[in-house]
Amino acid sequence: MKITAEMVDYIAHLARIELSDDDKLVFSGQLESILEYIDKLNELDTSDVEPMVHTLDISNVFREDCVRPSLPPDAALANAPDRTADSYKVPAILD
Amino acid sequence: MAEIYELTAHQLREKILAGQVSAEEAAKSYLDRIERLDPTIHAYVTVDAEGAIARAREIDARLARGEQPGGLCGLPIAVKDNICTLGIRTTCSSKILENFVPPYQATVVEQILAEGAVILGKTNLDEFAMGSSTENSAFAPTRNPWDTTRIPGGSSGGSAAAIAADLAALAFGSDTGGSIRQPASLCGVVGMKPTYGRVSRYGLVAFGSSLDQIGQIAKDVRDAAILLNAIARHDPKDSTSAPEPAPDYTAALEGGVDGLKIGLPKEYFGQGLDSEVEQAVRAAAAEYAGMGAEIFEVSLPHTEYAVATYYIIATAEASSNLARYDGVHYGHRTSRKGDMIDMYSRSRAEGFGAEVKRRIMLGTHALSAGYYDAYYLKAAQVRRLFRNDFDNALRQVDVILCPTAPTPAFKIGEKSSDPLAMYLSDIYTISANLAGIPGISLPCGFSTDGLPIGVQLMAGPFEEKKLLRAAYAFQEATGHHLKRPALTP
Repeated sequence: MKITAEMVDYIAHLARIELSDDDKLVFSGQLESILEYIDKLNELDTSDVEPMVHTLDISNVFREDCVRPSLPPDAALANAPDRTADSYKVPAILD
Repeated sequence: MAEIYELTAHQLREKILAGQVSAEEAAKSYLDRIERLDPTIHAYVTVDAEGAIARAREIDARLARGEQPGGLCGLPIAVKDNICTLGIRTTCSSKILENFVPPYQATVVEQILAEGAVILGKTNLDEFAMGSSTENSAFAPTRNPWDTTRIPGGSSGGSAAAIAADLAALAFGSDTGGSIRQPASLCGVVGMKPTYGRVSRYGLVAFGSSLDQIGQIAKDVRDAAILLNAIARHDPKDSTSAPEPAPDYTAALEGGVDGLKIGLPKEYFGQGLDSEVEQAVRAAAAEYAGMGAEIFEVSLPHTEYAVATYYIIATAEASSNLARYDGVHYGHRTSRKGDMIDMYSRSRAEGFGAEVKRRIMLGTHALSAGYYDAYYLKAAQVRRLFRNDFDNALRQVDVILCPTAPTPAFKIGEKSSDPLAMYLSDIYTISANLAGIPGISLPCGFSTDGLPIGVQLMAGPFEEKKLLRAAYAFQEATGHHLKRPALTP
């Protein structure tokens, strides 16, 4: 499938990755050839096949809803690029 | 008289327990060799010499008090740098986590520390485990100890090189599409990917959550079994952890292979397979026949679709898993001014390498509205066909035998400009991750250039004991695992 510049822009926006014009050119070519290769999956008739997302036959793994010790605030904030005493600091979200 | 660093983990453990070698001497033997050789090999991203020696002294003190510190008593172990180590920098070989120090311990690290292990440091990988050569590391590639102009394989290239060059007694790797088995093959060491769910993923930085498993890279099969004993159990912190109890993997290693049915998948011996690799792998099958195994041809008909299926599922899962690297809570944040979206986009653009960006883009596209059915859903359906192929084949035979990698180690830079060519080097390992079954690679010979060749064995879910028994028999009959690269320290 043809990967247009608009498609690359849209994907980059969804992925929240800023791309330079050079990046966009290189990626669109590479993505196109990879997706062309991936198209071979259409040779297979999978109309009656149940999708397999998980290889283990387990589901609904729960635990008791009780409070247990968890990561203390200082440890959680230790790698913060910018912080106050008890919060992460980020650029304004609302105008 | 062998140097301490030349010993296998089980030999070293015996000497430590017998009081012939102290844990501190063992740690220093490896640390000294790392200092001399690692500037060339670059297996390690971070070496924790101080921590290792302090820890080794603590183990020695416990031994002196008559205590039994555990099954990995005093063994110096290397941990792939996408596994979280409390207080030790964990980078995933990415600029986006270059200074990240985990505030928690991965379960497998907790488990080996509880058994008395000593952690030497963190090994190099392809960034976020995305790659087959370790060339995608943001911190320079690792070199294959057998030929330092060549790649060690990937993504666990650092761990495989460390074991091959005697820079650790045991190592952890992780395997999403072959990232333990392929570098083990290219470096002439043993590498095992357990069944999905056999080993906890808590603390393993997620790449493809339905594919990832932590596993062992070791000098021989007994060492691989010893490490598996420490980590194969249910973990309540990992909701994808299997409840199945684990046996003692070191018991009955010597069981032999008389009557074992071995299947060679015909689709794995066709175009693209190097003739010397084919020769060595077929010779391995003949060796097994000589030991009483029965060799059959089997078919895994969907093999040609493995790479395509994997590169949709793995990249889709990666695009979701790597969304957390946004510059907010940890990791690199851009210094350029802008709003929140700018902060995310620029932090990620600055912090991620090209391969990571490529895979995130591919995965994002595969999951986006209008494309989800055609890509992700389709791949998930084909995935079931892979599992069916293995179920069918394993009804006829006990174990599947095949090459691990299509070629021996290639030169640094040889495939790095063609992403698709690089992806195709995973062809023999990917299916085991898609199906969730275990696989092990062991050395089975060398090319005329002196490069290691690996043979791969696969079995059904939770059949690691059978795999280790079969691997052990081959190892004892052939001795390829005893060879070491000629390195001038």
